[in-house]
Amino acid sequence: MGETTTQSSPIGARVPMVDAVDKVTGAGKYADDLTLPGMLVGKILHSPHAHARIRSMDTSAAERLPGVRAVVTGAETPVKYGILPVGHDETIFCVDKVRYIGDNVAAVAAESEAIAEHALRLIRVDYEVLPAYFDPEQSMQAETNLIHDDRPHNIEREYHHHFGNVEEGFAQADYIRQDRFDCPEVTHAALEPHSTLARYDAEDGTLTVWSSTQVPYYLKKTLAATLQMPEEKVRVIKPLVGGGFGGKSEVIPLELAAAVLARKAGAPVKITYTREEVFLANRGRPRQIVELKTGVTRQGKLTAVEARIIQDGGAYCGYGVVTILYSGQLLNAMYDIPNVKFDGYRVLTNKPACGAMRGHGTVNTRFAFEQQLNRIASVLGLDPVEIRRRNLLHPPCVTLNNLRVLSYGYPECIDRVVERSGWKEKYGKLPYGKGIGFAGSHYVSGAANPIIRSAMPQSTVNLSVDRQGGVTIFTGASEIGQGSDTVQVQVVAAELGLPLEQVRIVAADTARTPVDLGSYSSRVTFMAGNAAIAAARDAKRRMLQAVARAYGVAEEDLLMEGGRVLGRNGCPLSLTLAEAARLAAGPAGVLTARGSYNTPEESRGGTFKGAGVGPSPAYSYSAQAVEVTVDPETGRVTVDRIVVAHDCGKAINPMNVEGQVIGSVWMGLGQALQEVVDYENGRIKNAGLLEYRTASTLESPPVETILVESNDPEGPFGAKEAGEGSLAATIPALTHAIYDAVGVWIDTLPVTPERILRALQEKQQAEWKSPGTGARM
Amino acid sequence: MNKENIRLRVNKRDYQLEIAPNRLLLDVLRQDLGLTGSKRGCDDSSCGACTVLVDGEPQMACLMLAVSYQDCEITTIEGIACEGQLEPLQRAFCDEGGAQCGYCTPGMILTARHLLAHNPRPTDQEINEALSGNLCRCTGYVQIIASVRKAIELLEKQESGVAAAGQGG
Repeated sequence: MGETTTQSSPIGARVPMVDAVDKVTGAGKYADDLTLPGMLVGKILHSPHAHARIRSMDTSAAERLPGVRAVVTGAETPVKYGILPVGHDETIFCVDKVRYIGDNVAAVAAESEAIAEHALRLIRVDYEVLPAYFDPEQSMQAETNLIHDDRPHNIEREYHHHFGNVEEGFAQADYIRQDRFDCPEVTHAALEPHSTLARYDAEDGTLTVWSSTQVPYYLKKTLAATLQMPEEKVRVIKPLVGGGFGGKSEVIPLELAAAVLARKAGAPVKITYTREEVFLANRGRPRQIVELKTGVTRQGKLTAVEARIIQDGGAYCGYGVVTILYSGQLLNAMYDIPNVKFDGYRVLTNKPACGAMRGHGTVNTRFAFEQQLNRIASVLGLDPVEIRRRNLLHPPCVTLNNLRVLSYGYPECIDRVVERSGWKEKYGKLPYGKGIGFAGSHYVSGAANPIIRSAMPQSTVNLSVDRQGGVTIFTGASEIGQGSDTVQVQVVAAELGLPLEQVRIVAADTARTPVDLGSYSSRVTFMAGNAAIAAARDAKRRMLQAVARAYGVAEEDLLMEGGRVLGRNGCPLSLTLAEAARLAAGPAGVLTARGSYNTPEESRGGTFKGAGVGPSPAYSYSAQAVEVTVDPETGRVTVDRIVVAHDCGKAINPMNVEGQVIGSVWMGLGQALQEVVDYENGRIKNAGLLEYRTASTLESPPVETILVESNDPEGPFGAKEAGEGSLAATIPALTHAIYDAVGVWIDTLPVTPERILRALQEKQQAEWKSPGTGARM
Repeated sequence: MNKENIRLRVNKRDYQLEIAPNRLLLDVLRQDLGLTGSKRGCDDSSCGACTVLVDGEPQMACLMLAVSYQDCEITTIEGIACEGQLEPLQRAFCDEGGAQCGYCTPGMILTARHLLAHNPRPTDQEINEALSGNLCRCTGYVQIIASVRKAIELLEKQESGVAAAGQGG
């Protein structure tokens, strides 16, 4: 679909987001900003135990408290749900057991927050405390007191993939390296706490829910299922969303609780999580243990990779089956690896459920792989950049595990970063305490297979052209701050030859807009973008046909440009868009058009068990160089500079793409250096924004972005993913830089000063014992 | 709890309110006055999303009892656009990508406004220090800093424009 565009085209324009003014004036409304007359406050009672049976519950005192309008418990809401059809293991409120500290036990709707909180304290729950599991490797050994009865050994799911023959591959290797990496849990910490406002109209049995969600469509389906209502009676509206990063990409308990309360109370109910509750709701990136074995020839050519991966998923499945699959499947589609084996275990523990977080499933595996590759290069005396160049893919190609790769800007990303960062002059040549590191990463441009398998397109866009020539896009795609709305306005304006101001957008309201599956897996630009282009082309075709008919000219002699329909090839015609729209509207009175996108069959992957996760119509690529200063006395790391090149296919809005890439790198840096959800016996010790330390301006280095445009043949105007793919590379590039600076490899995250000092001490002791060994091994 | 009659002056407008004395300014702004531009991002004054200007000084409205600020000039994000025209910081945050999800933006802009009022030509380090109490989870701050830089440029142009107009008159 790539095509040439003129200078004035909105494609490639650094234009502000279409909702920017609402955000800078405070006029824009997020879920917690909304109110309805008679609205009640909802509050949820959370479990104080990590694992306990609910013997009995008494809510009568709470119900009697003046100002309380509804109390609900698990007995009233027994329908199981979960984002994955294979993982329906949650209920709105616990029915028989609680499975983590913070699990949802009951909820209250009251006339004020103070009354609601008081009422929660009046609910009596009799618990029988059970032994709990907090460590995934211990949990996997469990025989009794299972977290879910139908999950033996507390293993949610395991996969065993073998492509090629790793035994043969390792036999061909001159050097084989095995390492264990441990990446603890991190979480999204979007600045907006989750919030949901629900209204139930008993008169006609309809439910309307405004929620901070990345997935209105799945929320609608889950509301209907759990409240046992017809789906067509449920409407979900997504207002502005204050950041998601995956934390709002599945149904979150408060969304269902607010709806149940609203129906029972007969009044609108709003629930907004406290920051602590956001941590309890979690769905963050699970702790992942990676045991990785890689074989290479003396020249650095990969011969085999074997990964054993354990993820600590917490108490419920959530996206877990997908997360564990991504962690193995996306070992591929980056380098040419002839033999790959993957053993993956998604394990249940008595902690808040993990889920999808930016770079879903791929980040910790990528850290492990890139770190090990750098270690191998170091042992073999190869340049870390060169070893990557020797293992590149040669697209178009299909990987061993059936991932189709068409556009592949990774080689150019590498070249550009090497050049801009001064890699050759710096690596291994900086003074002690200063270092530079290198790594790459990739990500899907949307999952080729939907969560719920069906023939329905992944994204559909309706478009209307009014009689004044104003264009309105109706899309289900969910703006969460990443520029979803803006990208659709830009592609439609480009396709119709209109200024941006002439295009409006109505988005993410299930009663008004057609289905888009949501903002997850970096799918929106690719999928909703293509659907929007298809809708615009449909509108354009209708207008040109109508004009051709009315003026007796050939359709091929007409084009749309500068907000007009113009003749060409000697045809002198010139009409405004409004005139063309009226002609096309004809007796129907209004011109409507539609377009949709679905992934091509060839992009959907193989047929083996688990093959559905990992395939994408296109992959983004990223290469990075990170420069650091390490103080060997304190272990303190200062990041001096980051150069990142991201292959986004085509930057429809370079400013927004840069914003996404920088944000990803920065979030990766947080995971690398300082972020961790810290548990003690299942209780989060740092459930606040001061304690869970995301970086402030003072800890945030400059990030230089280079956009590589590989022009994907199927992307909208050639575009691919931009919002996730650059996160993973930052972590191994940083640890590599630390090695270059002080000669130690850190395989456990985050890279705290303590870990660096300990590694330096161990290195020193080893050198005392065996003097003369190289410092940089 | 007994309610008290209080007056608040917000965005150059006077309000008479009857509220409980334990109400936080943030809640009163958002719930009673409908000024929802000030955001709540945390429970414990760690994020800065609720920043408002009190007599020109940035303060976190989630820590302030409304009754204690009756004699102050309170400015929220809704109060800084002049007659419907975006002020330079707002314009710059639009044009330079300073707002992604936008949730930190009001607090960020008000804090930056205070900085520029007292230090019209800050260094990067001074900008970083001034904004260090306002967390953002989207941008990595790079485009926020660029937005503040752009606002400084716009303000300088405005000033030289005013000066030129003055000379012309």
